[in-house]
Amino acid sequence: MRFHVLSLAAAMVAVAASPAAAKTINVSAEGADANEKLQEALILAEPGDVVQLGAGTWTLTDGLSLDVDNVTLRGAGTGEGGSILDFSGQQGAGEGLLVTSDDVLLANFAVLNTRGDGIKSKGADRIVYNELRVEWTAGPKETNGAYGIYPVESQDVLIDSVYVRGASDAGIYVGQSRNIVVRDSIATENVAGIEIENCFDADVHDNIATKNTGGILVFDLPNLPQQGGHNVRVFDNVVSDNSTPNFAPKGNIVASVPTGTGVLVMANRNVEVFDNVFEDNGTANVMIVGYRYDQKDPKYQPLPRQIVVRDNAHGKAGFAPAFPGGAEIAAAMGGAIPPVLWDGAGDAIVLDDVGVLSLGLPDVTTPQSEAKPVPVKLGGTPPPALPAIVLPEGMEAKVQ
Amino acid sequence: MKRIAAALIAALLCASAGGGAAPAAVDQALIEGSAMPAKLSAFGLFAGNDPARPVASFAYTLRTPLFSDYAEKHRFVSIPAGKRATVLADGTVDFPVGTVIVKSFGWPDFNEGRPVETRLLIHRASGWVALPYIWDADGKDASLAIAGRRVPVAFKSPDGTAHAIQYGVPNRNQCKECHSRAGTIVPIGPKARNLVLADTVGADTRALYFTNPAALKPVMPRWDDPASGTLQDRARAYLEANCAHCHNPEGSASNSGLFLRWTDPVGVNYGIGKRPTAAGRGSGGMDFAIQPGDPDHSFLIYRLESLDPGIAMPELGRSTVHKEGAALLREWIAAMPKDAH
Repeated sequence: MRFHVLSLAAAMVAVAASPAAAKTINVSAEGADANEKLQEALILAEPGDVVQLGAGTWTLTDGLSLDVDNVTLRGAGTGEGGSILDFSGQQGAGEGLLVTSDDVLLANFAVLNTRGDGIKSKGADRIVYNELRVEWTAGPKETNGAYGIYPVESQDVLIDSVYVRGASDAGIYVGQSRNIVVRDSIATENVAGIEIENCFDADVHDNIATKNTGGILVFDLPNLPQQGGHNVRVFDNVVSDNSTPNFAPKGNIVASVPTGTGVLVMANRNVEVFDNVFEDNGTANVMIVGYRYDQKDPKYQPLPRQIVVRDNAHGKAGFAPAFPGGAEIAAAMGGAIPPVLWDGAGDAIVLDDVGVLSLGLPDVTTPQSEAKPVPVKLGGTPPPALPAIVLPEGMEAKVQ
Repeated sequence: MKRIAAALIAALLCASAGGGAAPAAVDQALIEGSAMPAKLSAFGLFAGNDPARPVASFAYTLRTPLFSDYAEKHRFVSIPAGKRATVLADGTVDFPVGTVIVKSFGWPDFNEGRPVETRLLIHRASGWVALPYIWDADGKDASLAIAGRRVPVAFKSPDGTAHAIQYGVPNRNQCKECHSRAGTIVPIGPKARNLVLADTVGADTRALYFTNPAALKPVMPRWDDPASGTLQDRARAYLEANCAHCHNPEGSASNSGLFLRWTDPVGVNYGIGKRPTAAGRGSGGMDFAIQPGDPDHSFLIYRLESLDPGIAMPELGRSTVHKEGAALLREWIAAMPKDAH
């Protein structure tokens, strides 16, 4: 009898978790009303459903959006012969696709040439981005949209095997979120390849960040609902040739990123940069700095703290430092500055066997014009290693 | 549109004179069910399905409305017989289940003033549901456009400028983008601080539909009437009506840290000396949302005056620049002392 009760309870749980009526809604790119049909499918989908995009190109004039929990939007591929959402003629909405519901999987399609952001998910917990292409096809241009893949204010985010090119801000941008994995992805010819901003607990690994202005950024900014970024691990990435001149619209924080930046850590605590391969980053392979703009936010902490850099492979770096006075310092040091650059405020431990240049700015209020560059050693005992990010099992299952 | 106004007044008089029970024409079972009927007529919200003859509990206007491409909006509320709304402490109105808020959009000089679309916000037991209907070409009924649509319209704005635009009727998700508080749909316009019931809505009607009608005291000025408030208060009213539905800590733009509610302090999180967060091209190469004394270097103005989807604010519902609204905000910013932040 007891057994019966238990199995009944289990059956009820199963029903609640996966509605029996889960279905696949096939959407075609053909026909005059293809766009309306696609948006309609995204609205009428029910939890558990798959919206399956056929092969073809949708020429969209307005942003798409999804607000139903536990829906999969899947295409037939990201390249030629795949499912292409082309926003070249977009007339409205701040992004190509907006997701505002939980437990969503986006897979196997491409979003091209949006006027604003590519794919944004806001307050979308446990979202999975898998095998997507978000691209501005003309390459770096100031008129490109800001973010390619843009989850914000979310708990549990997985970005796996995506390709992002041409974003005038960050290719992959995760903002004000918690428990994040960005892996096995390629970010190229963006201003920032991958940016983790005002986030807690993130692993960024096994990505290729190349030919951006800056490869991988870990930032924290003031006056935002979630701040105090911490616990970020950047490891096993290839960060090379980030040499694209900065094409971000002025005013945005990434517009201040010097061309030739590999990894840039700003105003975060407990960030680990390890086991990466760096090559050909003209300003620095790793840069560690404070937030140097005026701000009066009493809750904001502008310094980098407990930053650990270890076990990275450093190729050529520092041969074209693109910050004020950089060329003069390089000339004085025999043509290049060391691969690790620290502004001198906050604290960091660098265990890699390479030089570290401090700009000798003791705090964030000392102007950069008073820099007193000097080689330093940043040895010491690092704090206990951060644990790996563990995502809910169901999320990992979606990308198997 | 005069025709509509007259009919609205007639309906109001009818409602107050007739004891207020909504005429039987409204299909309350349909309203409170889960259906999304393909035709607007199914609800019975207009007598003879004539947009000029709403079956209203009461009509209302707003001191300072949201700009929607210079559309004239006609708004009314249908509250089921025997039920009443309550004005809450924060000025929002708690409407009973079964309430429908109806808003029709049209231009006096387009298609003989007939509405282009009618949006319903229906309070069902499961929550508020937003449904957009586009009027058919013959004007006899309106059809559900769940996925939204762009409709070509042409009109003249108050300064005589001719506009021909692809007016965007929002899809159901886009309705929610603005009507969202912490992920659920809520009404925006009818808040006590902004809500104006017509003079013809007498005390009897107010008491019939509100438990605390005395709380219906609009305090916000009219954005375009200098006699109704100071420059700053009119600018704040404009920002409340046009921006704050997203720009609040529980809205669609919560992550921006830019909060523009009527009740928010005019400081850095109101844009004064605030650097762009995720603005992208919206920064226009400027450092601050609002640079006191300098509207030309305030990207809040830049975004209001743009039509580019990667730049324009609000993100939805605007295919023309609201010149007069932008002028008000320019005047407000220009008047700020330059060292105000």
